[in-house]
Amino acid sequence: MRVMAQMAMVMNLDKCIGCHTCSVTCKQVWTNRQGTEYVWFNNVETLPGQGYPRRWEDQERWKGGWERTRSGRLRLKAGGRAKRLSTIFANPDLPALDDYYEPWTYDYKSLTEAPAGDDLPVARPYSQTSGEPMDTVTWGPNWDDNLGGAPENAPKDPLVQKVGERIRFEFEQSFMFYLPRVCEHCLNPACVSACPSGAMYKRAEDGIVLVDQDRCRGWRMCVSSCPYKKVYFNHATGKAEKCTFCFPRLELGMPTVCAETCVGRMRYLGVMLYDADRVAEAAAVEDEHDLYPAQLEAFLDPRDPAVAAAARASGITEEWLDAARRSPVFDLIRTYQVALPLHPEYRTLPMVWYVPPLSPVVDAVAATGHDGEDAGKLFGAIDTLRIPVEYLAELLTAGDTYAVEAVLRRMAAMRVHMRARNLGEAPDPGIAAAVRLTGDELEEMFRLLAVAKYEDRYVIPSAARADAEALLGEDAACPVGEKPGKPTLLNLSPTRRRSA
Amino acid sequence: MDLLLWGVLPYVVLVLLVAGAIWRGRYDRYGISTHSSQLHESRMLRIGSPLFHFGMAFVVVGHVVGLLIPQSWTDAVGVDDHTYHLLAVSTGAVAGVAAVAGIGILVYRRLKVPAVRRAGLRSDRLMYGVLIGAMLLGLTATILNSAGATGDYDYREGISVWFRSLFAFRPDYALMADTPLAFQLHILFGFALITLIPYSRLIHMFTAPVRYLFRPYVVYRRRDPRRQAQRPLRRGWERVR
Ligand code: HEM
Ligand code: SF4
Ligand code: SF4
Repeated sequence: MRVMAQMAMVMNLDKCIGCHTCSVTCKQVWTNRQGTEYVWFNNVETLPGQGYPRRWEDQERWKGGWERTRSGRLRLKAGGRAKRLSTIFANPDLPALDDYYEPWTYDYKSLTEAPAGDDLPVARPYSQTSGEPMDTVTWGPNWDDNLGGAPENAPKDPLVQKVGERIRFEFEQSFMFYLPRVCEHCLNPACVSACPSGAMYKRAEDGIVLVDQDRCRGWRMCVSSCPYKKVYFNHATGKAEKCTFCFPRLELGMPTVCAETCVGRMRYLGVMLYDADRVAEAAAVEDEHDLYPAQLEAFLDPRDPAVAAAARASGITEEWLDAARRSPVFDLIRTYQVALPLHPEYRTLPMVWYVPPLSPVVDAVAATGHDGEDAGKLFGAIDTLRIPVEYLAELLTAGDTYAVEAVLRRMAAMRVHMRARNLGEAPDPGIAAAVRLTGDELEEMFRLLAVAKYEDRYVIPSAARADAEALLGEDAACPVGEKPGKPTLLNLSPTRRRSA
Repeated sequence: MDLLLWGVLPYVVLVLLVAGAIWRGRYDRYGISTHSSQLHESRMLRIGSPLFHFGMAFVVVGHVVGLLIPQSWTDAVGVDDHTYHLLAVSTGAVAGVAAVAGIGILVYRRLKVPAVRRAGLRSDRLMYGVLIGAMLLGLTATILNSAGATGDYDYREGISVWFRSLFAFRPDYALMADTPLAFQLHILFGFALITLIPYSRLIHMFTAPVRYLFRPYVVYRRRDPRRQAQRPLRRGWERVR
C-alpha cells in the first residue's frame, strides 16, 4: 500500500441553479488575460446539450483519454508515444477555436465618440483573435444555455445520440440540468501522460495537476489528450494553461474561487486518500461498468488504523490525516456512496465527482399531479423514467444504470425521510433500510447535502503550516509572534468541520 | 575579407548561437515555445507543417552527411562519385522541394489568415525571410551545380573540407575564395539562420521532446517551499495594467 493524498471536489447537481457565478469569478481571477479570452477553467453546461467545447464528449473525434488494449494494458486513445510524436507537427485531434467559440468584443468607442446625428450609433462585434469585424456572432459561451435552441442543438449531444433520439426537446417534455465542470485533477491524468516535454505534473502532496509554464513548449498534445477538454492553449503565449484548483488558496486552507462563490452552495472540497499502487489496475479493468467500483476500491479509509499508519509512513502529516477523516468528499463518495465520477470510461480516474440530480425525476412525478415526496411514487418513477436515468448513466457510470438508480434511491429516501421529520411524523425505518442506510445516516447526509454549512462543505488542510515549519524549523519563533519561543503561523483558522 | 567571412564569422555565429541558447535556457525558459497557431487554422497547417518539418529533417541529415563525411570514406566503401551525387541530388531534391513547398504553405497561411498573422512574433518576419532565403539559395546552388553552370565544382572537395577544418580551429578559408557565388550566399544565409535560432521561435528545435520516449507516463513533482520563496522575477504572464 502506497498512500497518496488528493484534494477532491464533489458537486451536488440538484443544487446547481445554473447562475454561472462560478465561471465568472473563476474567469476574473484566472483567465481575463490576452490569449485566454476563450478560456473558461470553470464552465457550466446545460444538459442535454453540446457542451464546451462543442461535443467534447465525442472521443471518436478528439481521441481524449485512455483505451484498454486487447492485452489489457492502457494506451492513450490518440496512440502510442511514437505515433503521437510523429503527428507533433500538426495535431490531428486538436479542437479549433470555432469548437470553443471565437471570442469577441465590441467597438464601444463608436458609442461614445459618435458625432451627434439622427442615427443611433451601434457597437459592432470584433473578433479578439483576428481583430476583424464579425458580421454575425453564431456561437459563444453558453449559447445553448437552458436548452436554448434545443431542437437544433441538443440532438448533437453525443450522449443523446447514445441514449437514442427518444429524448424529446419540447417544452415541458424535456428534462434538463446543469453540469459545472472544472479540471478533474485525475489520478491517471491523460494530459500529463501526453505532455512531450514533461511540463505537466501531478503534485505529490495534494494531487493537483499543473502546467509548468517555464517548461511547456507548446506541443499542444495535452489539449487533445484530456478527454474533458480542460487544458487550453493560450494563443498569445504559446503555452498550455489549465485549472489550478486555486492552489494558492488551497495552500492557505481556503476553498477554490468557484467553490467559495457558488451561489447554490453545491460544491464540497476535501481530502481523499488512495492507494497509488492500485491506480493502474483500477484504470485498466476490462468492463467499463467496473471502473466506478474499481476506483471506489482504490480509495482508502483514513479511519482505518492500518491506513493511517501507512499514510504516516508515506509522509502524510497529522493535519492532512485529520482532514481526511473529516472529509465531506469522502463521506459523499464512500460513506453514503451518492457521488459518482464523470465519464469513468475515459479511464483517467477523475477526482471531481457528482451527486446526480434527482430533480428530473421529482419534476416528472410532480408533473403527473402526484406528490413528489411520496416514497412509492419516487421509487417507481426512478424505475420507469428510463430516459433521464440512462442519460445520467452515460454521464456518470459508463452507462451502468444500476449504480445511478441506487444513488437516486438514496436521494429519494433522504427526501421522504426528512419530510416525515419536518412534519413531525415518525419516519418509516423501512425506507432507510431499503437503501441500506440508517435513519441517522440519512439525516447526517441531509445536513451535508441540504443544510450544507460552509464549515461542513470545505475541509482543507493547509500546506502553509508544513511550509512554515520547513522554512522556519520546528521551533523557530515567528518574528511577529507574541509569545516568544512559540511559532505564530499565518492567520489560519483551524479546519472547521466537526469531527466525524 | 575571405578571412573575415570564412575564418572569423563562423566562430562569431557559433558564439552567438551558444550564448543565445544559454541565455534563453537560463533567463527566458518561459519564452521558449513553438507558438503553435493550430488553434486558429488547422487545414493548411496539417499539410504545410509536416511537409516542411519532415522535408527539413532530411535536409538537415543531408547537410550533416555531405559536410562531415569525407570523400575518402565513401570512396573506401566503394561508392563512386557518380552514384554519390545521384543519391544526394535525388533525395536532396525531394526533401528540399517538400520543405520549400511546406514553408510556402506556412507563409501563405501566416499572411492570409488574419488570426494567424496577428499571432505572429516580432522576430517572425526576419526569421521567415532568412529561412526562405537560405532554402531557395541552397536549391539554386544545387541546381546550378548539377546543371554544370558552376564548372566542375565539387563541394565535397571545397566547402566540406573547409567546414571540417573549422572544427580543428584552423579554418582553411582560402578554399572558400573560389567557391561559386550561389554557394557562398547560401552559406551566409545559413549563418544568419543559425544565429537567429536562439533569438526566434526556432529555439523550439533544441527542445525536441526526445526524452518523452523514455519517461513514465505520469510525472509527479513535490512542492519545494524553499524554491518558491526565492523564485526570481522573470518574464511570465503579462502584468496587470
Ligand atoms: C526537431 C524537432 C522539431 C519539432 C518537434 C518541431 C515542432 C514544431 C511545432 C509543433 C510547430 C508548431 C506548428 C503549429 O501548430 O503551428 C512548429 C513550427 C515551426 N517550426 Fe518546428 N519543429 C522541429 C524542428 C524545426 C526545425 C529544424 C525548423 C527549421 C529549421 C523548424 C521550423 C519551424 C517553423 C518555421 C515553424 C513555424 C511554422 C508556422 O507556423 O508558420 N522546426 N515546429
Ligand atoms: S481533467 Fe484535468 S487532470 Fe484529467 S486529463 Fe484533463 S486536464 Fe488532465
Ligand atoms: S455558482 Fe454554483 S449554483 Fe451557480 S452555476 Fe456555479 S455551480 Fe451552479
